[in-house]
This record gives sequence, structure tokens and C-alpha cells, in this order.
Amino acid sequence: MRSGNGVRLALAAAFTVTLGIAGCGGNSPEELVVGEYGSLTGGDADFGLSTKRGVELAMDDLTARSQGKIGGLPVRIVAEDDQGKPEEAATVVQKLVNQDRVLAVIGEVASSRSIAGGPICQAAGVPMISPSSTNPKVTLIGDYIFRMCFIDPFQGTVMAKFAAQNLKLKQVAILKDVKNEYSIGLTEFFTKAFTGLGGTIVGEQAYSSGDQDFRAQLTAIKAKHPEAIYLPGYYTEAGLIARQARELGIKVPILGGDGWESDQLIGIGGDALEGCYYSNHFAVDNPDPRLQGFLKKHRAKYDNQDPNAIVGLAYDAANVLFGAMETLSKQDPEAFKGLSSSKAGSEARKAATKKIRDLIAATKDYAGVTGVITLDENRNATKPAMVLEIKGGKKVYNTTINP
Amino acid sequence: MTEFLQQLVNGVTLGLGYALIALGYTMVYGILRLINFAHGDVYMLGAFFGFYAARLTGAAVEPNPLKAAGILLISMVGCGLVGFLIERFAYKPVRKSSRLAALITAIGVSLLLENGGLLLFGADPKFFPQIVRATNIPLGMGVTISNQQIIILVVSVALMLALRFIVLNTRAGKAMRAVSYSHTAAALMGISVDRIITFTFVLGSMLAAAAGVLVALQNPKIEPYMGIMPGLKAFVAAVLGGIGNIPGAVLGGLVMGIAEVMVVGYLSPTWRDAIAFVLLILILLVRPSGLLGQPPAEKV
Repeated sequence: MRSGNGVRLALAAAFTVTLGIAGCGGNSPEELVVGEYGSLTGGDADFGLSTKRGVELAMDDLTARSQGKIGGLPVRIVAEDDQGKPEEAATVVQKLVNQDRVLAVIGEVASSRSIAGGPICQAAGVPMISPSSTNPKVTLIGDYIFRMCFIDPFQGTVMAKFAAQNLKLKQVAILKDVKNEYSIGLTEFFTKAFTGLGGTIVGEQAYSSGDQDFRAQLTAIKAKHPEAIYLPGYYTEAGLIARQARELGIKVPILGGDGWESDQLIGIGGDALEGCYYSNHFAVDNPDPRLQGFLKKHRAKYDNQDPNAIVGLAYDAANVLFGAMETLSKQDPEAFKGLSSSKAGSEARKAATKKIRDLIAATKDYAGVTGVITLDENRNATKPAMVLEIKGGKKVYNTTINP
Repeated sequence: MTEFLQQLVNGVTLGLGYALIALGYTMVYGILRLINFAHGDVYMLGAFFGFYAARLTGAAVEPNPLKAAGILLISMVGCGLVGFLIERFAYKPVRKSSRLAALITAIGVSLLLENGGLLLFGADPKFFPQIVRATNIPLGMGVTISNQQIIILVVSVALMLALRFIVLNTRAGKAMRAVSYSHTAAALMGISVDRIITFTFVLGSMLAAAAGVLVALQNPKIEPYMGIMPGLKAFVAAVLGGIGNIPGAVLGGLVMGIAEVMVVGYLSPTWRDAIAFVLLILILLVRPSGLLGQPPAEKV
């Protein structure tokens, strides 16, 4: 009986594998496949869904411009869900590279997941553009990894400057997420900059992403009487923590980073977030015409909603990639043919993705919706940061802080 | 001192949630000698039933105490029904089999509820509406308690007293105690053992549902896997208090809640889940029958 079951199981497993191969292999058509990975489900699903929207909008532009084709070949986007888990991110990037044979990858938002997926792209020679991972380690993976946003040393410094100079604070407590590279990095850079400006960190507490109850940490922070709390985490926890802080009678402002950027932030935190600030990549009330044009497109497509910065960054990332592909198709049509999925695994493909890499790396003064983007020698975008304030249930532009 | 007292308030509210779940574990164990691993998932269902009931009654937009009580009741009745179905269709068919079969069935039911929840409710977390608006009440010395914490305190204690009344002062309660001593002897005395077992499951599931709604009121993020950790911790709480012992479950829950908050507040938040199992190991080493449990009498 037992061995019978074992055989049945093995058969089932073998059958599934066969199906998997049959489904993905076969003769590849002539097309340009671009991969995208993100958290379409899970605790911070809004990040992945926003990225997907940004890429879709860029794809819409391409369809309007040239029927969705570059150099005569149709472009196809394959989006994969990593459920918000780094280990899953590695799996789906493997799939994108090996099965879908993508020529480039867009993703991720969370630094820990970009760090999990990046090495696979680097090893395969597939350029990866992270729209919004801000931890410095991401692009240090290798020369095929890029990003469209500023990095945490800058973002941490921005908030420290804002706290010390604009809000004139001297004593700040920190509540960081110990399971999150992004949060740990920001804590470090904020601390360095804030103490450099004459401030003191009066207390540092930690939580793990996914926690529900933060009262113990907040009670410990309250005992230190800080003038503000720096909370460099993601929006779900930020909203929950703000609510619990107010319940415990902590009235000081809470400061955050771009991990707060989500349409759900205020839905979760509600009134508790009034008077709090966070650093971000853009502000919807910025009158810049490119940004306003993008807002119009987004509202038209997604029933009148305003996009968040992550949508904008993904849109810029996809456009930079499409731009590089278009340039290559004009400059070197012969090499461009190597990008077709029928050439996957060949030397021609390697040479073509190398050329795409070089073109992306040369991005200079690209006018994106999230600001003017120039990639530095470490493949990071240099651009200013905005500080937003939450006022009357809305995110309102407060100030710009330059690099 | 202020900080310590505040942590104590935090710990007691957290612990009451564990205690309500632990009661279900301990009651079922007392009667069937079965660890009902699906119990934490019934707690999850309780939170979700409350979430949808709140939407249906519009309590999210304009909360009032009557609606809040209604939501609690709907969730408890819903989970009571789920408890009945689980017992009838999962555990009853294997009752005559080995205890291992029942245990594995319990794990299966747990997986079914989690993944069924994933299918039904979706993987992205939902946020439980503020069916009671939070306000602070200062207790003096800088310690504050929120009205939601008071509600948790009052409702949990009321439910525990109601349970005590049922177990000690009603015919069904007397029958429950009889069944927990011996199924055969109880059956010989004319007690319908099947009916009492069903009753116990329904009662335990209702308490888990109440815990789901009360905890979600305070910690509003709810998702299909939310029951796993609290379920395990409540199980530890039940063992800590002496499994099968009803006051023990409450004591165990409180100890767990306070220990967890103190560890997070004074040591490290990464120890939050570890402390539960450290306590479990300690109690198994020092007093295996639990704080209030009676050591099993040797039968000669």
C-alpha cells in the first residue's frame, strides 16, 4: 500500500514537471520579452501592483507610439508575483530568465527582494532595473543592476536634515524593522546625519515585519520623551504603529521614508498620521508638466485615482529600458536582432544585452516623471527628494531637499 | 515604574486574547484528548466574519455600541457553526481511530481553513474597521488604557465567567465534566457523548471567534495566516496552565501575554515568538502537568 502511494506520488510529480516544460518551451516566436517581478500579493502587495501599473502605462505609450513594437518586433511584458518574500523573488527571477527568456527585468521595490533577484540577472547577463529599491547594496551586486531612485544614504540624510533644520528637533527616537535591509540602512544613515547636525537619538527600538502589536516598543520609546519618532518601515506597519502610538498618548510627529508611499497608508493609519512627514520621490501636487501629463493618463486608466511614486518610478524604469531598446534598433539593427526571444541563450543575445546595459548606464538628464534622472558610476539615480506632510487625510508637498 | 505598569496593561490585553483561544484548546483536550490544531484558524475566521459583518451593518462608517455587539455575536454564531461542521465532518469519522489519526486530521483541517481562507478572502491583508472609535483613558502615573483595551478586558472576563457558569452550574456543563472523566461511564449514565462533544466544539469555537474580533479591534491587520502564531501561542498557554484545566488556560494566556510584552519591551523584539516556546520547554521540564494541572493519578 505504502509503496503504491509512493509510486503514485512520483508519477504525479513527474507528470507536473513534464507539463511545466511543455508549457514553457517549444519554438520561441520573434518577440521582445521583458520580465517584471514584484509583490502582487502579500503584506505589501501595493508595491508590486503599483509597479505593474507603471509598466502598463509605459507599455500603453509604446502601443500608441509604435503599435507596441520596437525595431519591428512586438514587446511582451511577463509579470511574476514574488508574494513579498525574498526567497520567492529568487525563484521567479530564475523563471523569468530561464523559462521566459527575458532580455531585461524590471523590479523590485523592496531592497531585500531586489538583493535576492539581482545576482541571478547579473550572472545571466540580463540587465535589471529596480524602479524603487533604495538600499545601496542593490546596485553593488554588479554592473547589470540599475535603479531609478535615490539611495538610502541620501534619503536618510534628507530626513535628518529636515528634522534638525526645518522642524528644529534635538531628540528623536527610532523604531526600525530588523527584518528589512531598507529599514536597517535608513536607520544607520539617519543616525549618522542627525547626530552630525547636533541632534541626539534618545532611543532605538525594533520590530519584525508582520508584527501586529507594537505597544511594548512604543511604551519604551514614550518613556524617553522624544520630540519625534523616525520610523523607516513600510506603510502597513507605519499605519498600525501610528495608531498604537496615539492610543498610548504619544503625540509627537512620526517621520518616515518612501516605504510609506502607498495609497493604503492613510486608510490604515487614519487620523493618527496627521502631522507626520515622509521623504518621497515625487509629490502629486508638483506642477511639473511631464508629471501632470502622467497623472492625467493614470487617472484616465485607473478610475480617477492618483498614482503613487512607485507607479511613477516603474513608468520611468520601463521608459528608460524601452528607450535603450529603441536606440539600439536604430544604431545597430544587426545587434538588435539578438534581443529576440528566438535568440535566447546564444552569443548574439549576450552581445545585445551587453549593448542594452551600456545604453542604460549612459542615461543622462533623462526627463522622467519622477524628476531628471542621471545615472552615476554606481548605476544609481541622482535626483532631489521631496518631503510630504500628511494633512487633512492627504499627502501634501512640504519641501524639496537637493543632493 | 510608569513604563513597567504600562507594559503590564499592554501584556494583560494581549494575554486575554491568548486566554480566549487557549480555552478552546483546553476544553477540547479535556473531553477528547485531542489537540485541535485548527483552532487558531477558527480564530482567524472569527476576525474575518467580524470584518464582513462590520461591512454589512455599515459599522465601519458610523460605529455604535449596538452594532459592535451585533458584529461580535454574528462572528461567534458563524464560528460556532464552523466548529460544529469541523467536528461533524472531520473529527467524528476518525474518533474511533488512533489519536495520531485525529491529530493529523486536525492539521489537515487547519491547512484547509488557511488555504480556503486564502482562496475566499484573498492573500492581501484586510484592515478591520474601527467599530469602536479609540480614545485614551489616563489611569494616573502616566499610564493610559484605551477604551478598546477596556472592552477586551470586560468582554473576555464576561465570557470566561459565562463559561464557568455553563461548566459548573448547568446540566450540559455537568455532562461535559462527566464525559471528560470517562466516555463509557458517561454514556452508561445516559449522557449523549456525541452531543456533548459537539457542544464543546461549538463553545470553544465561539470563544475563538470572540478573540478574533476583540484582537482585530486592536490590531486591525487580518489575513488568512493570522491564526497560526496566536494559535500556537495559545496552545502553549493551555499547556502552561495545565491542559484540560479551564482556569489554567486563562492563567497561562495571561502569563504568555505579559511575558511576551516584557521580552519585547526590555530585551529584544526578535525574541517575541521565541519566549512562548522557552516557556513551554521550562514548564515541561519543571512541572509537566502545568501550573494548575493535576498530575495524572497512577492507575493500578
